[in-house]
Amino acid sequence: MKKLRTRNHTVVLNRSKGGDAGITVFLVILGLFMFLPMLYTVGQAFKPLNELFYFPPRFLPEHPTFSNFSQLFYLMDYSWVPFSRYIFNTVLISVGGTFGNLVLCSLAAYALAKIEFPGHKVIFQIIQKSLMYSPAVMATLQFLVLRYLGWIDTYLAIIIPACATPLGLYLMKQFMDTNVTTEILESARLDGAKEFRIFWSIAMPMVKPAWLTLIIYSFKDLWQLGSSNYIYSEQLKTINYAIGQIGAAGITRNGVAAAGAVFIMIVPILVFVVSQSNVIETMGSSGMKD
Amino acid sequence: MSKNSEAKVVSRKDVSKAQWTLHMMNRNKIGYFMIAPYMIIFTFFCIIPVALALLVGFTDFNMIEFPPKFVFMQNYVTMFLEDELFMTGLRYTMIFAVIIGPASYALSFIVAWFINELPPKIRAVVTLVFYAPSLGGNVFIVWKTFFSGDSYGWINAWLLKLGFISSPIQWTTDTRYMLTIVIVVAIWMSLGTSFLSFIAGLQGVNRSLYEAGAIDGITNRWQEVWYITLPSMKPQLMFGAVMSITAAFSFGDVVTQMCGTPPNAYVGYTINHHIQEYGNVRWEVGYSSAMTFLMFLLMIGCNIGINKLLSKVGQ
Repeated sequence: MKKLRTRNHTVVLNRSKGGDAGITVFLVILGLFMFLPMLYTVGQAFKPLNELFYFPPRFLPEHPTFSNFSQLFYLMDYSWVPFSRYIFNTVLISVGGTFGNLVLCSLAAYALAKIEFPGHKVIFQIIQKSLMYSPAVMATLQFLVLRYLGWIDTYLAIIIPACATPLGLYLMKQFMDTNVTTEILESARLDGAKEFRIFWSIAMPMVKPAWLTLIIYSFKDLWQLGSSNYIYSEQLKTINYAIGQIGAAGITRNGVAAAGAVFIMIVPILVFVVSQSNVIETMGSSGMKD
Repeated sequence: MSKNSEAKVVSRKDVSKAQWTLHMMNRNKIGYFMIAPYMIIFTFFCIIPVALALLVGFTDFNMIEFPPKFVFMQNYVTMFLEDELFMTGLRYTMIFAVIIGPASYALSFIVAWFINELPPKIRAVVTLVFYAPSLGGNVFIVWKTFFSGDSYGWINAWLLKLGFISSPIQWTTDTRYMLTIVIVVAIWMSLGTSFLSFIAGLQGVNRSLYEAGAIDGITNRWQEVWYITLPSMKPQLMFGAVMSITAAFSFGDVVTQMCGTPPNAYVGYTINHHIQEYGNVRWEVGYSSAMTFLMFLLMIGCNIGINKLLSKVGQ
């Protein structure tokens, strides 16, 4: 048997130099492909108007300026409804939907993971298959349901469906399975604690990473919601929709559109930066067993 | 799950199966209360739409005339025999599913695997760089600036400047380039949930397995990934497959944003565009529902097939 290389008493795995080099080159090229368009968007957002017309175009601005951002907010104040209204709508939808999703998914996940009521296995099977449910594909049918409920052109049409996402329940339930030990719950039950109390003061504090993951997942979708088939009134439309309208006015608005894109994407990216380790920890239990 | 403190102790052996189920339902009724709010909304917005897709798909329904006219399989017959645009849509949906699905899946795994041995801090930064495009919502419209059809478009400007072309190319309306461009953009934003799941899965593989593998004669990282890494993260692979299938089959928005709707010569026109066209523009909801249900079946079928394939990993 060949001798194993060791360093500090742990086995050093078989890694060829050539393989390492190849992987590094691959990652650098792919990384640039991923990163450069993002960098370009940011650069574009800080370009003064005349630099948008350079030929050939420059990748980054020569004289960075905030004028695109001030222009964005100026233009929005002259749209049909005040800018603050778009902001209010987006904040209401994102916060309401995220909060609702977090509460409903946590409650349901706890019941599925820790209370053995008859039927919990079947329900979880259904949830697991529903991960394939795509609201984009089902839009027309969802419209029928919303119309029947009389929710078309109200906030409810956006917020309520966002409160019960299959992915949210799935991730939370899987995380509770691995991270909340049944023994602790059992001893609390023996002490006579009510189930809601056990859920709230024992289980929930143990699954903080999963909360953060649920928050970022629902928030990023709702925050970035543009136009919707279910909303007609201008007063109910979102900030991303307003930015899209402003950016659609041709090449002179390219800088303003980029400023809008940066404004919209920076929030979910910052949230992800802060919560990345928690998200990865949650994904550790995301695996699917048959 | 025994509640020894309860006065009345029922043992499973004493009672019939139905009685036992009733007893368990009663004892755990709090579970139903806790799951009820979620299930009510879930039923309304996931289960009923799928059921409706099946039922309404058997009718000719325009949202105005009640009751809808029952036509049984007529919608499905029309789709395959009379509607050429549906066949175009089916073709592009399949092309996108076959290219974007596996490409994003493989890329998510390969990148997650390659960055797995980086130091944690660097790995966090690299993760952000690769994940950001899918996190950034519609930031992908930046590609429209790259491929803009006038001479201000990035690619055109440089090709003109360097003398490769003499007049700008209409990248997003020229049928020769549209499909490639759309696929490039799709791959650019494809490192999403599966990617994060794979990163976590790789972190969770027991290191001693690798060491045992090295002793057992695994000589390089390629053998290691096939015989040790992949089999130990099969659950993540299955989850990632579901996520990638969903993304690949619901693809269509990028085409709309990049090339307009309908795109020139219907290149890149998917079933999703066709569903939208009939469901939200022409209000032929019966026909639209039949197509929706077909899509649903396609996705489920694809998922079953992939799970079969994944069961062969590492053998």
